[in-house]
Amino acid sequence: MKRFFGAVAVLLFGVVLSGVATGYTERGAPSELAMRYLAEVPADLGAANVVTGILITYRGFDTLGEVAVLFMVAATVGLLLGGESRGTSAASRPASRPPSELVSNGAEVVLPVIFLFGTYVIVNGHLSAGGGFQGGAVVASAVGLMVLARPSVVLDHGFLSIAESLAGVLYVATGILGLILAGGFLDSRFLPPGVFGAFVSAGAIPLISALLGIKVGAELSVIIDRFRS
Amino acid sequence: MGLPISHVLLVTGLLLMLVGLWGVFAHRNILRIIIGFSILNTGIHIVMVATGYVTDGTAPIIDKAMPVGEAVRSAVDPIPAALVVTAIVIGFSVTAVMLSYAVRLHQARKTLSIDAFTESKW
Repeated sequence: MKRFFGAVAVLLFGVVLSGVATGYTERGAPSELAMRYLAEVPADLGAANVVTGILITYRGFDTLGEVAVLFMVAATVGLLLGGESRGTSAASRPASRPPSELVSNGAEVVLPVIFLFGTYVIVNGHLSAGGGFQGGAVVASAVGLMVLARPSVVLDHGFLSIAESLAGVLYVATGILGLILAGGFLDSRFLPPGVFGAFVSAGAIPLISALLGIKVGAELSVIIDRFRS
Repeated sequence: MGLPISHVLLVTGLLLMLVGLWGVFAHRNILRIIIGFSILNTGIHIVMVATGYVTDGTAPIIDKAMPVGEAVRSAVDPIPAALVVTAIVIGFSVTAVMLSYAVRLHQARKTLSIDAFTESKW
């Protein structure tokens, strides 16, 4: 009976969504706001990647909120999974199967490359596809692989939380610098835009991107590690 | 010419949403329900990206192939892409919180079946 109601609900959603699918026509031109972003991000901010320009400067406050959400989730997961079970679980847990040869040997080869790629994605966010969030997620995925390949590895939570808090404080400080020296909170134009397309360019965007990458990478690593215990 | 690429993407996203909804409604295991939510989430992201596509558009990244003046005419809408980056992170966060609740529920009842948790049922 429950399955029947579930099927009816999915069917009704299907009717609604099929209306969306049949009524959709591909757009011939971006919206007016998108046109403005496409023209202003390269000209005004000096960033080649328009998406990064929107994320870090024009919607910077939104990104700050998002980082706050990640921080709260890391705290919530710690609250739910940490605490009393942490001390006893190591002793009472049955010995787990060691990782297969494929995982452990594969990790040795791939891990440095993933960390390097994550760093590359973080610092090249203003020039090409990427940015702090994406690169941070890549770094955290490498941490996930490391935890799978070497179950005995212990992540230094103190270091991770210091790195994460420091990056967060510096991020907000950069935002306040923008308020004082440029147009507003998280305005990246207080540093010179530099040569368009060069590695050091686009004002404070690479700096903010790196801080975001450190913060996101550390937070996601902590979340992944919480699920181990 | 055939089917426009964004239409294929849109239909794929909508179908994934339905698959995710069915996963949430039909399964009794909490982990499977969480997987259903994740699939629903992914479908919504794909739909959002698909609606940002502009005919014959390319990635909104300025380089030699697409000089500054050209961007307004030949780039896709960058706003859905920027929004989806946000949405993916929030989706990850929600999944992490759901999974940690699942771990706690399993600690409390030693089962992952949703039928074992009747306190908040009316």
